[in-house]
Amino acid sequence: MSSSLLLSARHLQKQFGAVVAAHDLCVDIEVGQRVSLIGSNGAGKTTFVNMITGYLKPDQGSIHLGDTDITAMSPRQITRLGVARSFQIPQLYPALSVMDNMLVAMACHDNQLSMWRSASQPQHIERGVELLERFGLIQHRHRRVSELPGGVRKLLDIALALTGSPKLLLLDEPTSGVSAEEKFPMMETVMHALGNEPLTALFVEHDMDIVRRHADRVIAFYSGRIIADDAPEQALATDDVRRYVTGELRQEANHA
Amino acid sequence: MHRSFTFLTWAALLCTAALLALGLVLPKWLLFMCTMAFANGLVSLGIVLLMRGGVVAFGQGLMSAIGGYTAALLFQKMGITDAIVLTLVGGITATLLTAPFAPLLSRYRGIFFSMLTLAMSMVGYGILVKTERLGGSDGFNLGRVSVLGQALSDDWVGYVLYAVAVFFACLMSYLSRIYFDSTRGLITQAIRENELRVEYLGGSVRHTMALNFVLAAFMGGCGGALAVMALGHIDPNFSYWTTSGEFVFVAILAGTQSVIAIMLSSVILEAVRSFSSAYFPNTWQLALGLFLMFVIRFLPLGLGSLWSPKSQKEQEA
Repeated sequence: MSSSLLLSARHLQKQFGAVVAAHDLCVDIEVGQRVSLIGSNGAGKTTFVNMITGYLKPDQGSIHLGDTDITAMSPRQITRLGVARSFQIPQLYPALSVMDNMLVAMACHDNQLSMWRSASQPQHIERGVELLERFGLIQHRHRRVSELPGGVRKLLDIALALTGSPKLLLLDEPTSGVSAEEKFPMMETVMHALGNEPLTALFVEHDMDIVRRHADRVIAFYSGRIIADDAPEQALATDDVRRYVTGELRQEANHA
Repeated sequence: MHRSFTFLTWAALLCTAALLALGLVLPKWLLFMCTMAFANGLVSLGIVLLMRGGVVAFGQGLMSAIGGYTAALLFQKMGITDAIVLTLVGGITATLLTAPFAPLLSRYRGIFFSMLTLAMSMVGYGILVKTERLGGSDGFNLGRVSVLGQALSDDWVGYVLYAVAVFFACLMSYLSRIYFDSTRGLITQAIRENELRVEYLGGSVRHTMALNFVLAAFMGGCGGALAVMALGHIDPNFSYWTTSGEFVFVAILAGTQSVIAIMLSSVILEAVRSFSSAYFPNTWQLALGLFLMFVIRFLPLGLGSLWSPKSQKEQEA
């Protein structure tokens, strides 16, 4: 395997009854790439992310992280190998404070599950404060997560994923559920926060302006298949993407 | 808010000293009531430990019974009479006997966990009732224990047993508070909130839940051993479901935020039980039920929410 190859998914197949969520997917991700996964609802993007992170097991095919076969591993084992993710619906601890959420994440990542050492260790507090500052969340550190607005929860969800300094970060629709005006500033905040991390990122996104701006590679899904895999301008210009993802060809046909 | 070790240590020492001093002036009946309350409070402390992770054990009476039978058998058959040794061995035996079930139970949540623990305790009850060598349904008695090699006189036996119960209640409460504030304790709370996220951050949910179950078993065993020494008698009712229900009652009354509230709730339960039995014979369960309804309506987070920092923050919000 090439030394710059971080993730290699080969011939992934996943079916839910009669619905084919992944059909012979082959994807190689190089170190340092910012890859956007696009496609309409039900195209298979989240299924792909769920297979990489161990939430779903593929019916066929294999997934390698570096030289390690992670196909049959649990989410916890895959996380320990340096794969982190955020969720379309933020997965947080609503009754805990923002800082306690960060402390939980760092304790899990460091595997420092002591029965007597306080969760508020200085190095964890320091790292938590640094991450919250990068995401512009420091003013919320003592607030309970249940009190926070949706956009802030989205950012916190991503901040939690970054606590372990992952090699590969998967963001499942980081701007979904956020108002149109907030989307761009939010994505800017995320990308700015990631800027310092030497990591590879995959993000599922529906807004093509955000994709053009922040991705250096686009993988387009339709009906469980990959219909385009290229640099953003080239991928977004293909007929299949314009027909099945952005809908531009259908609109043109309607106008004609 | 996480308290410092120094603060906790001083608080535990002061509580122990205050309770020991208080015991010197309490009448005998109240001394016995408090001894039983602290012994039972230890079992409930284990339940609260599990509740912080989102599960309620309805079969903690089994742990109490294992601890109690162990202490009683060691006393009767092997001549070990030291209260501290009997308490510790009771806790260790409960841990060892129930630890093999921890990996299985750590897979279950909600009503399934509660019913499985209840089922275990009722299987234990059935075995104890049918085992004639352990006294069958009548159980058996044990004599007066000693402490640190000293035999106890009639005048002092009540106080010394109370002192041993206070010692274990304060020690376990102190250690539990440290555990609640530890990384493992915080992850236990996180598991209650969102198991999926814990796994996706690299934490092991099942490992933490299994550990909590084992720790709760130890506390239950210690509590059972102390109760048996105070009562001077053991029978299978220790493992009966209504006994487990009383431990859960105390845990709900106390809430999951304060360890002091657990011991206080246990004292309240014993007081309500004693006075209701005296003044409303055969209807004390009614008084207990009404009391619990009142607490759930007006203090849904338990007595501990009256003074815990988290509740103050919620009220401010």
